[in-house]
Amino acid sequence: MDPARFCSQSRLVIVAGKGGVGKTTVSAALAMMAAQAGLDTLIVEVEGKTGLGTAFGQGELSYDEVQLADRVRARTITPDQALLEYLDEHGMRRLSKRLTNSGVLDVVATAAPGIKDILVLGKVKQLERAGDADLIVLDAPAAGHAVTFLTSARGLLDAVRVGPVRAQAEDVQELLTDAARTQVLLVTLPEETPVNEAAETAARLRERVGVHLGPIVVNGLYPPVSGLEAAADLVGRAGVPADDAQPLLDAAAFRRSRHDLQQEQLARLAESLDLPQLRLPYLFSPELGPAQIETLAAALADAVTNVEMAS
Amino acid sequence: MIVCCGSGGVGKTTTAAVLALEGARQGRRAVVVTIDPAKRLADALGLETLSDTPTRIEGDWPGELWALMLDTKSTFDALVLKYAPSAGQADGILRNRFYRNISSALSGTQEYMAMEKLYELHEEGGFELVVVDTPPTRNALDFIDAPRRLTHFLDNRLFRWMMMPTRAYLKAAGVATRTLLRVISRGVGSDVVQDAVAFFQAFEGMEDGFRQRAERVLHLLSDPATAFLLVTTPRADALEESRFFAAKLEEAGIPVEALVVNRMHPRFAPAGADQLRSRAADQADTDLAGLYENLADFTLLAEVEEAHVTELSARVHPAPLVRVPFLPSDVHDLEGLSELGKYLFDGDGEPAPVGTA
Repeated sequence: MDPARFCSQSRLVIVAGKGGVGKTTVSAALAMMAAQAGLDTLIVEVEGKTGLGTAFGQGELSYDEVQLADRVRARTITPDQALLEYLDEHGMRRLSKRLTNSGVLDVVATAAPGIKDILVLGKVKQLERAGDADLIVLDAPAAGHAVTFLTSARGLLDAVRVGPVRAQAEDVQELLTDAARTQVLLVTLPEETPVNEAAETAARLRERVGVHLGPIVVNGLYPPVSGLEAAADLVGRAGVPADDAQPLLDAAAFRRSRHDLQQEQLARLAESLDLPQLRLPYLFSPELGPAQIETLAAALADAVTNVEMAS
Repeated sequence: MIVCCGSGGVGKTTTAAVLALEGARQGRRAVVVTIDPAKRLADALGLETLSDTPTRIEGDWPGELWALMLDTKSTFDALVLKYAPSAGQADGILRNRFYRNISSALSGTQEYMAMEKLYELHEEGGFELVVVDTPPTRNALDFIDAPRRLTHFLDNRLFRWMMMPTRAYLKAAGVATRTLLRVISRGVGSDVVQDAVAFFQAFEGMEDGFRQRAERVLHLLSDPATAFLLVTTPRADALEESRFFAAKLEEAGIPVEALVVNRMHPRFAPAGADQLRSRAADQADTDLAGLYENLADFTLLAEVEEAHVTELSARVHPAPLVRVPFLPSDVHDLEGLSELGKYLFDGDGEPAPVGTA
């Protein structure tokens, strides 16, 4: 599928996965790919300190939008920030400090679990409705919080029978279950535990939220290396300095064994989860900056172009 | 007591299990409290369901190995039963809808219950070694803040006003508070607020017991017999959180007893990455270039990891640093735990001879 078409399937893409699988990096790569396909893109972070701003040399993100790259903007939305803005817009600015400082929000959030998530998703919905960007990429909280996060609307509909919070939950639930407006991209690694958890998360999201799952992004695959299979021959034959021979062989053997393990896990993932896989390369680069995100965006565009998708 | 802390997905649960197993090996009565073990490891430890009491794992060791998977709700229930002055009051709390939400919805509750379980096993379980895993929280030291946060929550002044008879309440609560309550009721519906009020009413008089208990738990955490182990991986994000953990522990006056770094990449060559990269360039037209690039890539990774780990290790000086290599598969049985134990301990059960900070 053409990357521009892929990015236009829904205005909201929620990127979800277990901590440490590279959700934020994938969100950035997806936004970059969309921007290069001509879409104005907004990345929304729901947790502080994700390192996304710093990757673009901007410092940590805040509630105010910043421009990260051409056609790529980013901001945070946390429950406290969303609540303050809501109260402000409804002429209750003076209350807002008391609500956030006194711990009352904690009490209310316990009385009606999911209310914090609804504050965040409600704000996202507002941005989506306003057509603020062609594509909104939401970097979801780490799983299993992702499931809790996305089921918050449904849970609140059971607990709260009247009032603006209920209305908000209804709107959010409508947004999440409409495949033309929202899809979820799961991110995982080709390793045992992340593969298991991705399959579990997918099943729960389908069953409990009814959200449309896009392809699954498998992050961190070792790219092919020429000569890897014939390492013993190559090192033995050519005039390799004696000191280098063993390290070359050891490193090649290590790469082969990791590669084989990754292939096994890809097969397990395919078996346990009926979603097309978008595979991204492992980057040996020690830091994450605009150049690395460009590389991943290009790899993602390739993967999207080559993948077979039902729709 | 050993508390394993670190961010999610770094191998905390596995490390905790290895430590408890080593305790049993050394003839001690050891128990490990896990929070969210991967399924196969849970099976290996005989943990099919959440439970409130430890189960014993039989094996070929002189001591005893016990394990439990923390059940936040039933641990909280047990506390309520313990501190409620009457069975009726306890029942009223346990049946309240607001109370039933606390264990899943109030952040910090799981962290507190993990610490509560640690305290209980230490005081009443007759264990000589209690190892506790901590929830994979982003809010670094939630488990140290948690007891205070929960008691503060139970003390909430606003809701105490709400519990007062109407006239006294109107007198005590200012205009702003009344408006606030009205806004909350309008926002989420008055039945939700009623649940909360009923809960705080039922809880009346139990706050002191809870607060004292929380203080004892906190006290145990700062006891010299409690060791904090920082578990991490050399990934940039995990290290960043570990630095944050280390700083927070230091602020709280709690020393890190050891630093365990899981999933370290091996170093294959003494030559530096740059050097190897230029040799790859020399071989640009041959198939050897790929092999040199590969070696250079892994060497760079090892160099960067080592630099980060050394820096982190210096922050927790003089805690010993244990490096555990990237293993070919996840650990999910006792054999795997023993294998992993070899990196943490030498044959005599002493910490493995590794570099210290």
